[in-house]
Amino acid sequence: MRSIDLAKTPLRELNQGLHALKDGTNETEWEVLNPRGQHAIAAGVDAPVNVNIRGAVGYYCAGMNKQATVVVHGSSGPGTAENMMSGQVIVKGDASQYAGATGRGGMLVIEGNASSRCGISMKGIDIIVRGNIGHMSAFMAQTGNLVVLGDAGDALGDSIYEAKLYVRGSVKSLGADCIEKEMRPEHHEALSALLKKAGVDGVKTSEFKRYGSSRKLYNFNIDNADAY
Amino acid sequence: MTYHNPPTTPRKSATFDDYTLSEIRRAAQTGIYDIRGAGAKRKLPHFDDLLFLGASMSRYPLEGYRERCSTAVTLGTRYAKKPIELKTPITIAGMSFGALSGNAKEALGRGATLAGTSTTTGDGGMTPEERGHSEKLVYQYLPSRYGMNPDDLRRADAIELVVGQGAKPGGGGMLLGQKISDRVAEMRTLPKGIDQRSSCRHPDWTGPDDLEIKILELREITDWEKPIYIKVGGARPYYDVALAVKAGADVVVVDGMQGGTAATQEVFIEHVGQPTLACIRPAVQALQDLGMHRKVQLIVSGGIRNGADVAKALALGADAVAVGTAALVALGDNDPALEDEYRKLGTTAGAYDDWHEGRDPAGITTQNPELAQRLDPVRAGRRLANYLKVMTLELQTIARAAGHNHVHNLEPEDLCALTLEAAAMARVPLAGTSWIPGQGNF
Ligand SMILES: Cc1cc2nc3c(=O)[nH]c(=O)nc-3n(C[C@H](O)[C@H](O)[C@H](O)COP(=O)(O)O)c2cc1C
Repeated sequence: MRSIDLAKTPLRELNQGLHALKDGTNETEWEVLNPRGQHAIAAGVDAPVNVNIRGAVGYYCAGMNKQATVVVHGSSGPGTAENMMSGQVIVKGDASQYAGATGRGGMLVIEGNASSRCGISMKGIDIIVRGNIGHMSAFMAQTGNLVVLGDAGDALGDSIYEAKLYVRGSVKSLGADCIEKEMRPEHHEALSALLKKAGVDGVKTSEFKRYGSSRKLYNFNIDNADAY
Repeated sequence: MTYHNPPTTPRKSATFDDYTLSEIRRAAQTGIYDIRGAGAKRKLPHFDDLLFLGASMSRYPLEGYRERCSTAVTLGTRYAKKPIELKTPITIAGMSFGALSGNAKEALGRGATLAGTSTTTGDGGMTPEERGHSEKLVYQYLPSRYGMNPDDLRRADAIELVVGQGAKPGGGGMLLGQKISDRVAEMRTLPKGIDQRSSCRHPDWTGPDDLEIKILELREITDWEKPIYIKVGGARPYYDVALAVKAGADVVVVDGMQGGTAATQEVFIEHVGQPTLACIRPAVQALQDLGMHRKVQLIVSGGIRNGADVAKALALGADAVAVGTAALVALGDNDPALEDEYRKLGTTAGAYDDWHEGRDPAGITTQNPELAQRLDPVRAGRRLANYLKVMTLELQTIARAAGHNHVHNLEPEDLCALTLEAAAMARVPLAGTSWIPGQGNF
């Protein structure tokens, strides 16, 4: 296992080392000590490796991640796993604003709460939050799934496109063009698979409500101008 | 009746002119604001209001064709391990695949490459054709992040973080349903045929302090190799440029209000932002005040049409320029040879600006395969290269006449202004006087 102590080693060296990894590398286990809120830790990794970060991280941890599994044993700052492509990012604590922003694939699991704008502009990522999420989450969400075991704040799914939102607790309010939708068998199935993949058990899919786009604002119509 | 005998000539209002009246009728009938392409059409103080003085007793000129006048420019020398080296300071501005056809994007890449300069992606991501045909490709990082991925980021030669655009500082991209073809929809991860309004703010940072961290992330992902540009619309050029430098930019792009767009509300194009001419000196001043002029390079765009415009922008302190609309015209946009077809669209060559509708008879601003295949990317690329080379020669002609062996040696002292407005904005004397309005006490 490679252990990098960020109290002694510059961030640049860590990230360069991670970027140098190729598919099929045997250096698959990495540990990062003393992250102390530094930004862009393990950003841009593209190899099937495990990175355990022991402590709290700053902005954009695991940004644009591909293939890797990155676990933050602490809380994470804004933009965690932004634009993630594949792989898995797990935050053991809470995540700040814009977690999983514009993510295109892979899975982001937040074991604590996520702040505002979680899943903003998401484009295919799956996000599972065990706690609550803040206001304006899934704003302009394009595709992918956002699963929330707790409550959602104001204006959930504002201007949403085709992303699917599943919330177990309450939703303070829905944003423009976002409506509650029926949970059909295929949605129970999909949600069940997501929960399983995220290692969540003991909750039933029937406890969730589904939200998505009413598709009324897809094409401009002056009579909808009040909706914005 | 008797009051008008003899009759007076029917007189139209300067305030309620024909265009204004037609716009009122259009709004009343459709209930939607006017959306169009291209830049501001109103008359604005511009480079035409400046003149070069040329060499005389106190300065000697350089011999055309014989004495060297270099046009080479290096962009991204501040932090990037691999700065961009260009043969000419005239670059191609970011225009999206989606707004433009695949053939048009390919032609831009071919033309830029032949002329030794860079071209730029746009809102909608990088296409393989474009990457393949562009020796130097700048990859835009936009609020929408359509198609954004780390592989293209690493394939790019530079990254341009777009904060704003001159045609619409504060506005996001627009691509109407007619142009959302299968391929465009897939690249943007959106349903086909919807009116797509991309966001006006970045999703994961808000102010210059966050931006600094965002740039750190992009540098880390690309191992500090790529120059990072920040593009701003001509809103508050002094502060915007100073903050871009603070945020860690290698290059700042300032796009004035004449800058073109693929689709924006007319009210936005014509009424928001400052003219290009008014943006350059404050931008340069910000760099000078920070000791960063020529260390962080400045690219100016918005209404650049010929070598004289380029020379004037450089003389005011820019390191390079970018062209959008003019490049499209070089490819064949608004060509009078297509007049019959423009007539059918209710317009005329030179006025066609419904670029958002996707019905471009020149095959440039369209996703319709039949129209798009009218544009031969090889021939159009050649035309663009010719145009870029002519502009470069014109630029050199002026620089030599002013006695400079590098186009970056052009300076404000080489210029005078024809109007008070231009003199104040460009901070050069009104012709025939030593008066620079706004400098000193009057
Ligand atoms: C058809 C078209 C599409 C454009 N698309 C983008 C874009 O995707 N991103 C961007 O930053 N600017 C875009 N622009 C603006 C140009 O990058 C540039 O700022 C402008 O065209 C410069 O002014 P000019 O057209 O007068 O040369 C576009 C412009 C045009 C004409």
